[in-house]
Amino acid sequence: MKRALFLIPLLFFLGLAGYLGFGLTRDARVLPSTLIDKPAPDFDLPPLLPGGAGLKTADLVGQVSLVNVFASWCVPCRAEHPIWAKVASEEKLPVYGINWKDKQAQATAWLKELGNPYARIGFDPDNKAGIEWGVYGAPETYVVDRKGRIRFKYVGPVFEETLDATILPLVRKLREEK
Amino acid sequence: MIAEFGHFALILALCVAVAQAILPLAGASRRDAGWMAAGNAAAVVQLALIVAAFAALTHAFVVSDFSVKLVADNSHSLKPMIYKISGVWGNHEGSMLLWVLILALFGALIALFGGNLPPTLRARVLSVQAMIAVGFLLFMVTTSNPFERLFPPPADGNDLNPLLQDPGLAMHPPVLYAGYVGFSIAFSFAVAALIEGRVDAAWARWVRPWTLLAWSFLTAGIALGSWWAYYELGWGGFWYWDPVENASFMPWLVGTALLHSAIVVERRDALKSWTILLAILTFSLSLIGTFLVRSGVLTSVHAFATDPGRGVFILALLVIAIGGSLALYAWRAPQLKGGGLFAPISREGALLLNNLILTTAAATVFIGTLYPLVLEAAGGGKVSVGPPYYNATFVPLMAPLVAALGVGPLLAWKRGDLAAALGRLKFAAAAVLVALVVTGAMTWGRPVLGAVAIGAAIWLAAGVLSELAGRIGLGTLTVGQSAARARGMPRSAWGMTLAHLGLAGVIAGAAGTALWTEEKILTMQPGQAAVIAGYDIRFEGAAERRGPNYVSLVATFQASRGGAPVVRLEAERRRYLVGGQDTTEAAIHTMASGDLYAVVGEAQKDGGYVVRLYFKPLVVWIWAGAAVMVLGGLMSLSDRRLRIGAPARRKSGMATGAAPAE
Repeated sequence: MKRALFLIPLLFFLGLAGYLGFGLTRDARVLPSTLIDKPAPDFDLPPLLPGGAGLKTADLVGQVSLVNVFASWCVPCRAEHPIWAKVASEEKLPVYGINWKDKQAQATAWLKELGNPYARIGFDPDNKAGIEWGVYGAPETYVVDRKGRIRFKYVGPVFEETLDATILPLVRKLREEK
Repeated sequence: MIAEFGHFALILALCVAVAQAILPLAGASRRDAGWMAAGNAAAVVQLALIVAAFAALTHAFVVSDFSVKLVADNSHSLKPMIYKISGVWGNHEGSMLLWVLILALFGALIALFGGNLPPTLRARVLSVQAMIAVGFLLFMVTTSNPFERLFPPPADGNDLNPLLQDPGLAMHPPVLYAGYVGFSIAFSFAVAALIEGRVDAAWARWVRPWTLLAWSFLTAGIALGSWWAYYELGWGGFWYWDPVENASFMPWLVGTALLHSAIVVERRDALKSWTILLAILTFSLSLIGTFLVRSGVLTSVHAFATDPGRGVFILALLVIAIGGSLALYAWRAPQLKGGGLFAPISREGALLLNNLILTTAAATVFIGTLYPLVLEAAGGGKVSVGPPYYNATFVPLMAPLVAALGVGPLLAWKRGDLAAALGRLKFAAAAVLVALVVTGAMTWGRPVLGAVAIGAAIWLAAGVLSELAGRIGLGTLTVGQSAARARGMPRSAWGMTLAHLGLAGVIAGAAGTALWTEEKILTMQPGQAAVIAGYDIRFEGAAERRGPNYVSLVATFQASRGGAPVVRLEAERRRYLVGGQDTTEAAIHTMASGDLYAVVGEAQKDGGYVVRLYFKPLVVWIWAGAAVMVLGGLMSLSDRRLRIGAPARRKSGMATGAAPAE
């Protein structure tokens, strides 16, 4: 019995090694969401910025759009941030933000420093909308079609390659859908 | 030619390491003195070969030999010399070379200065050390050859990431690696002890200086890295719970636990198998840290190698090294005899509590770092859990640690008297009360946690000073007698006092800056002024300036307080010509009460600039505290008893060393 105790570290490590190995073999940052092809969940978030626009379900209907979950404490969000200004201006694609588990002052300062590419930002300090959307962590990005259905979910920072290879082609296809 | 010479030296080093891994180990089990001694020679030759390889690579960087691919990718002829040299390790291949260089250096130190070790133990330690070297040299030779040529050579190089062109960061990797890799010695000692089947006070005495050395380097390395992040990244933060920071912090936490549990083994002959486990875990976490950084499995600002092929190799290394040592542990550790009676209220009880809290804290950091990975394996993606998680888990664990730390050193070995110890802390308790009232009043309406943290820092500092006062008889003896006692105090005792005082500084600084930072973000026109934390900051204007390989926008501010000028601040925004990347160089004025911190941002259309101003209370105490901790570590290391071993102990160690209980 006492011997078994000394095996615990080894067993724990082997489990971890299995996980790490699995993490290496996958580069799938794309993951299926139970919400794919379903209408965006019901939510209504107040604006992050005073005088700015908040974000609710109805805002997502009418045109193809991106919804990006971000937070000022999240380092990968900082890394991907410049791409949203580019998407918004070059692709004429509205990018909506959900500011997740953040503090208002810090998020405001963060946007002031890095620029604010978002057409609307919902402020979600206590993960109200996050639960509805099934947010795992920041950053996450969703593609929403003109009927307000979620068509694609991407977890982790979006860089040029993902944008050009996956997100923009999908957006173009969705724009042609009736 | 010189690059090929370096490559050749690296391959030879691999061959020598293979011999060093096999011969002494076999020699130790056959009791063959010649084979065992071969390990010493091999360790020195291995070091010489790796030094030659490292020198060859440094030469390629210094003369800007762009026919070497690594130099072309990471250097530039215009770069200042210091960054040409730091460019050697500012990339994946070069940093691995630095890694094995330090590993070989520690091995050679054991070979040269391990004369007081029993020959079998020394042979086995060197052999284990060489096994690690084989793994990493093989990794370099097969997947990460730093000497790869490029044909045709480009006219000029791609330059080093400008964020890394900084004096603090030039020093950060060597110091940090000396810490990481230094724990390989504790690991080798632990594995060797498991093979020998014997752990005693003498073993702990031999392990402790190496652990202390590694710990001091790691502490300095982490502090340097956090200092760099503070002034270079331009966000004014000092710790981001970034996976790469965590990768260095986890071995630090477990290594700190090891440092303390080794004392219990030495003094009380208890906690043996636990100490062995800690030694294995500390270095395992260093290895896992390397894996996390090098394989790119986690998203991070630091990662500069993302190659799955390398990741698979490192993972295989991890499984062999960690899995192998833990399997050996599961097999041999149950046979280790524990000893001594163990009262909960005693010095060893306090050290055990320290161990439990530190390892739990390391576990929370581990989960926070790995959770995104586990999530990904379970079908999620790459995400960051961020500071909210650590504030909820790690920070609360520090409270009992600090509370106990004030009392622990006052308890006696075997059976402590808690009431008497607390009685001696009445001055500390009074100091805490005063501190709570004063900081509470000064920071009324702001996070109450700040005052609590300052109270904790004062408690710790006052506890440490009470212990010191009691030890030298301050107040009970004459001043002269006290001074004589202070001079006669062992250096290891001074080391403990300093390290614990340093921790109090770190806590005060971290809490002050995390909870009370004032910040303003505004657009300023030249001539405009703003007020922050009672300082008037006047923006005088901005001008362009040229550096060796960048152009910068320099904004000048005049800070004053109550009309009296305090300091002129120059904040820069640099654009590096080759890579086209921007970096911010914050203007920082450091005072004991806090730092004034200014960052200049984009120019606006109306001629103004976006300016961020911060007042960061007490922030300098973080690094001053860390420096004092390192000083404490080095002071303790210089203790005569650790360097050469107390003669009586040494004799008994040698006697039992000749006849191991197998």
